[in-house]
Amino acid sequence: MNWAEFFNMGGYAFHVWTSYLLAAVILGLNVWLPLRKFRTQQKKIRQQHETTS
Amino acid sequence: MLPWFAWLCALTLAAGLYLGLFVAPPDYQQGETVRIMFIHVPAAWMSMFIYATMAGAAAVGLVWKIKLTDTFIACAAPIGASFTLLALVTGSIWGKPMWGTWWVWDARLTSELILLFLYLGFMSLQSAIDDPRRAARAGAVLVLVGVINLPVIHYSVEWWNTLHQPASVARIDGPRIHSSILIPLLVMMGAFKLFFISVVLLRMRSDILENEADSRWLKEQGA
Repeated sequence: MNWAEFFNMGGYAFHVWTSYLLAAVILGLNVWLPLRKFRTQQKKIRQQHETTS
Repeated sequence: MLPWFAWLCALTLAAGLYLGLFVAPPDYQQGETVRIMFIHVPAAWMSMFIYATMAGAAAVGLVWKIKLTDTFIACAAPIGASFTLLALVTGSIWGKPMWGTWWVWDARLTSELILLFLYLGFMSLQSAIDDPRRAARAGAVLVLVGVINLPVIHYSVEWWNTLHQPASVARIDGPRIHSSILIPLLVMMGAFKLFFISVVLLRMRSDILENEADSRWLKEQGA
C-alpha cells in the first residue's frame, strides 16, 4: 500500500483526518481529565494520612 | 474491573481503526469520506445510548432513592455530551463535502443538537444547585423529561423529510449496508461502549472516593 495515497484519502485528507483527530482529542480528554482528578485525590488522601498518623 | 474494560477497549479500538482505515473500501458515492462514518455513527449511537442509560438510572433513582444512580448520572453526562459533540462536528465535517453545507436545520441535526443542550443543561443544573440531594433530584427529573427527545432523534429521518439519510443499520428488515462497512462500524461501536464503561467507572471511583473521604476523615479525627 502507498502511504502518501493513504494519507491523501482520495482528496478528502482534511475532512477525514480532522474527524479522527477530533475523536482522538475528545476520547483523550475523557481519559486524561478523570485520571488527573483521581491522582490528585489519591495524593490528598495520602497527605491526610501522613498528617493524622 | 476497570483495567479489564480499558484493555478490552484499547484492543477493540485498534481493531476498529484498522478495519475502518485500512480494510474497508471507499464508498462509490462518498469516496474516502465514508471513513468519517466509523467515528460519526458510533458516536451518535453512543450519544443516545448514554442518555438512555442515564434516563434508566434516573427512573430507578427516583423510585428507590439509590445514591449510586445519582453518581452514575452525574458521571455519564459529560461523557455523553462529548460523544454528542463528536457526532455533531464529524457530521458537519462530512456534510461539507457531501451535502455542500456544514449545517442545515433538518430534524435529525436539530434534535441531536437539542440532545447536546439537554446534556449541558443537566450539567449546569447540577453545578447550580448546592445541596447535592436536591441537585440529583432535579437532574433526574430533567433527564427523564428530556428522554422524549430520543425517539424524536431516532424517527426524525422518517417523520420529516430530512437531508440526513434514513437508518441503514437499525432496521427491522436487517441492515442495508455491506458487511465491509458494517463490521468496522459495529467494532467501533463496541470500542466506544467499552470506552464509556471504562471512563464512567473511572469517574465514579473519584466521586465515590470524594463522598466517602469526608466520613473516613471524620472517623479518623474522632478516634
